[in-house]
Amino acid sequence: MDEKLQNTARKRRLQYRLISLCSILVFIGIWYLATAVLQLAPSYSLPSPVKVFQTFITKLTKTAPEGATLGQHFLASLQVAFTGYVLGVVIGVPLGILMAWHKWVDIIVRPVFDFLKPIPPIALIPVMIVLLGITIKAKAVLIFFSTVIPCILNSYSGIKQTKSIHLWVAQTFGASRRQQLFTIAIPSAMPMIFAGLRVAMGSSWMALVAAELLASTKGLGYMISVGRALLRSDLIIVGILCLGLIGIVISFLFDLLEKLFVRGGKER
Amino acid sequence: MEGAWILMAETKNPIISCDHVSKTFYSLAGDHLVVDDLSFNVYENEFVVLFGPGQCGKSTILNLIAGLELPTKGKIIVDGEPVVGPSPNRGMVYQTTNLFMWETVMQNVEFGPSVRHVPRKKRREIAQKYIDLVGLTGFEKHYPVKLSGGMQQRVGIARAYANEPKIICMDEPFGHLDAQTRYLMEADVDRITHAEKRTVLFVTNNVEEAIYLADRIILLHNCPTSVHKEYKVDFPRPRDYTAPDFLALREKITDEMDKTL
Repeated sequence: MDEKLQNTARKRRLQYRLISLCSILVFIGIWYLATAVLQLAPSYSLPSPVKVFQTFITKLTKTAPEGATLGQHFLASLQVAFTGYVLGVVIGVPLGILMAWHKWVDIIVRPVFDFLKPIPPIALIPVMIVLLGITIKAKAVLIFFSTVIPCILNSYSGIKQTKSIHLWVAQTFGASRRQQLFTIAIPSAMPMIFAGLRVAMGSSWMALVAAELLASTKGLGYMISVGRALLRSDLIIVGILCLGLIGIVISFLFDLLEKLFVRGGKER
Repeated sequence: MEGAWILMAETKNPIISCDHVSKTFYSLAGDHLVVDDLSFNVYENEFVVLFGPGQCGKSTILNLIAGLELPTKGKIIVDGEPVVGPSPNRGMVYQTTNLFMWETVMQNVEFGPSVRHVPRKKRREIAQKYIDLVGLTGFEKHYPVKLSGGMQQRVGIARAYANEPKIICMDEPFGHLDAQTRYLMEADVDRITHAEKRTVLFVTNNVEEAIYLADRIILLHNCPTSVHKEYKVDFPRPRDYTAPDFLALREKITDEMDKTL
């Protein structure tokens, strides 16, 4: 019986995959029809998928026209994003937890935090350029900023949402404040904290591409902006598709991490 | 017979003693007197049921004894010491599922010993003993979400016992369970408290449950709460819900309860 159930589940999963594959193929098919066959748009504004694929392949090895291969752009973007993101998480999550747990940390940090919170990170790009120039550092600081805010917000509300009954139970077992934090509050806030990490990833990736579009000498955003300047829409689309693919890979990695760190599942 | 009981009680030292305890909750909307001049004693290894209608502050009494709330007036003495805060000597089992959902059954049950830094091997042993006792052998590695309501309450009971407290307070632990599971759980609590002698203070609003489990029933007044009457129950265990004695006492208590409303 169990095996039968497993078989149906497997069959269904295969079915879903086939359907997803079909919808992607249909999308590309329409694109191909509209450009290569019907030629609804001139090829310099919307190239056919074949052309885009060719550009993708050549960009893997060739540095023309903007001076770096796709891999180099990708690494440049990733390096900046990673530095800023890790810093943001390492500072943001503990800070959010401390703010929720210790009243005086909240009182000290909150005024500054409330002031910085509503500023869209992209608005900081000019400031960063003035302060730090068109450097990796400028972009890392920007990413840091767009990561740290959602990290603080989510860790804070995650800890605040700790059920008081759980804390009471811990108290009747004689758990100290510190033990309550590490054995009750933080584990129960884990799903919230993870949601924060996801949001932070999205917003920092967005801020990075925006920064690269405006001011940089490398990175996927830079490649896109050069493509625009040269009217190379195939280059632009390759850049956009790469960003999308990286997004999918990152969210897949997060799913894995979440399975590792968030235990027990949601309460009914 | 009641006189004889009082005489016997006086020769023992109470393990819980509530002495003219009152509790008022202050708020902007007005002060709310929940417990009014409550006095009762509980003796070692006694199973006492606090029985009363609906919203009458029974949980507040348990929270006061657990030390999660402090009385406005009067004092509570547990095991010779006045209650000033929570203590591992007083275990709690609550009505709602309050298991740590991010921990396995085993980790939940060994929570108390691990807070006290009992070495891993020793606390596994203790936890296993109580998991076996509540009949959850084989479920050690499960997460609570995967368990039914009754099983979750079993974990809660094992967790309270595994800390080896002097007294265990249970706050309507079966309130959320269906009738069938409830009977099973009552029989199990009866068995467990027989196997592991502890002082148990049990809150319920179900008269059958009270008579089935109690050595002594304390009938409480409705809000504000105080002691209305006490009943000693000395039927042999396990008790029969349909025995004439059982039904007679049930009727007596139900009639009396109407007067408290």
